[in-house]
Amino acid sequence: MVPMMTDLENTTPTYTLQTRDLNLWYGDFQALKDVTVNIKPGIITALIGPSGCGKTTLLRCLNRINERYGNVTTTGEVNILGKNIYDDDVSLSTLRKSVGMVFQRPNPLPISIYENILFGIRSHTRRREYKRQQQDELVELALRDVQLWDEVKDKLRKRATHLTLEQQQKLCIARLLPLKPEVILMDEPCSALDAEGIERIEELIDGLREKYTIVMVTHNMAQARRASHECIFMLMGRIIEHGPTLDIFLKPTQPDTEMYVRGRYG
Amino acid sequence: MSNGSGNAVRKPRARYIANAMRAFGDRAEPLVEWTIRLCGWSAILFVFSIFFFIFREAAPIFGELNWLEFFTSTQWQPSSEVHPRYGILALLVGTVSVTTLAMLVAVPLGLGAAVFISEFCTGKLKESLKILIELLAAIPSIVWGFIGYMVLGPIIIKLTGAPVGVNLLNGGLILGLMSVPIIVSVGEDALKAVPDSFREAAVSLGASRWEVVYRVLFPAAKNGLLAAVLLGVGRAIGETMAVLMCTGHAVQIPHSLLDPVRTLTATIASELGESAAGDPHYRVLFVIGLVLFAITFAVNVIADLIVKGVRNEQSR
Ligand SMILES: Nc1ncnc2c1ncn2[C@@H]1O[C@H](COP(=O)(O)OP(=O)(O)O)[C@@H](O)[C@H]1O
Ligand SMILES: [Mg+2]
Repeated sequence: MVPMMTDLENTTPTYTLQTRDLNLWYGDFQALKDVTVNIKPGIITALIGPSGCGKTTLLRCLNRINERYGNVTTTGEVNILGKNIYDDDVSLSTLRKSVGMVFQRPNPLPISIYENILFGIRSHTRRREYKRQQQDELVELALRDVQLWDEVKDKLRKRATHLTLEQQQKLCIARLLPLKPEVILMDEPCSALDAEGIERIEELIDGLREKYTIVMVTHNMAQARRASHECIFMLMGRIIEHGPTLDIFLKPTQPDTEMYVRGRYG
Repeated sequence: MSNGSGNAVRKPRARYIANAMRAFGDRAEPLVEWTIRLCGWSAILFVFSIFFFIFREAAPIFGELNWLEFFTSTQWQPSSEVHPRYGILALLVGTVSVTTLAMLVAVPLGLGAAVFISEFCTGKLKESLKILIELLAAIPSIVWGFIGYMVLGPIIIKLTGAPVGVNLLNGGLILGLMSVPIIVSVGEDALKAVPDSFREAAVSLGASRWEVVYRVLFPAAKNGLLAAVLLGVGRAIGETMAVLMCTGHAVQIPHSLLDPVRTLTATIASELGESAAGDPHYRVLFVIGLVLFAITFAVNVIADLIVKGVRNEQSR
């Protein structure tokens, strides 16, 4: 496609993900208002803001999974690698292959650990494309990437829903990797875990940073500070401020941001 | 509470009612408990007394009955003056073949409809379809029999050139349609019970809606769907009136879909009235009742074992 090539050249390659005047309504309630952001690869971008400000909604726009709810209207653009994902010719399946998502509650599928890892691949390739041995390798690689291999290598055929929450969340990250996504979206990925679990998952996410563009919603100020390089502060469906994490926390330019990072909002 | 004024007005009365109910409850509690207990035990009691009743009517002939002939002969001539014969093999084959055919129709149709209603419909359409399925379940079996006899029969004759329209095919189709509603409603419940987070996970990995159905929902709802199918089987085996009217009622082992057959249930229904209470024919009909009892019992036990097996496998 010719237009896409020129788009690719026009957009500054420093951003993988750009939204333009993104507006979203649930029925007639407007949850996102004129959201325009540019997100860089190779770093972790945190979405912060008080509960109900639209963080989850924005994140769910970026792989169009919001459309599962029947009453959603979206206007504006979301460009990923220069292609507007809201164009008519976009295949949702391909989009979701390149934009993976990790949910707030770990949600491994009720099938084996092995099959969880291969679930995405199986949706995107023909039946016999991967041989048995290649499949085994993919599974091992993905599980090693999330430091889960040693714990589960003897029970790959067991149901994934019997793992601990921390292991489940690691698995949910691991199952994205064989698809080689560009972007990984994470919606409060640690909120179901205990302190040690949080630490290990944060470490793991940081390890993935270089290969992917990571956008992470977090409710937890300390986590945003620890684990992100840029922060986007949202309030009532709008982007208030976007900048390097240290700037957001130490010298915010907007009074609302300052109030929030000092803990005056919920 | 901040909205105390509204509560303050209602409070004395609410407290009065609550106290009254508690006072009643204190006294009523043993009564309620015993009532509930009785209900539970009575279910068991009923099953046993039904079994006992059938057994009592059947038992006197156990000694005289030629059991080998009973299970292996196709000769069913109970009212022969000279030499009555009681071979139920043809009837057994009739029941099994009609039920099998019915399930071949009902399982794909029923599970398909359950998936459609649960996963591909929303709002008004979903509600209307569910009501429609319930209506379908409420059609009396005699009406189904009528439809098979008056509508489906002539169609079968026209399309296949068969000499009679009431046969294995007719009975199987009607029985299949009759079993669809229960498969749909139990199957739909099973699918509805699958947490939405599973669907969301699959969709976010790029699965299409069909892939979600057969790669996530089917494994996740396996037990419930199996229960739906087995309830359908139970419904089909036990059905009497419609099969009596639609199968042709001929004692023979069918060689094609267009052969008339006869089932165990239809035999009991049609012959009990003409047999004299206490004579061998009457008693053999009750033995057939026991056989039916055993078959349904076996289906249930197998279902239970499968469901438990599946569960154990999952919890390993
Ligand atoms: N499916 C939905 N239908 C209607 N309103 C919704 C839906 N999901 C979220 N909202 C509303 O949109 C707003 C933003 O929600 P959300 O994105 O979940 O906020 P956050 O993740 O920042 O807590 C909230 O006011 C919420 O009530
Ligand atoms: Mg949220």
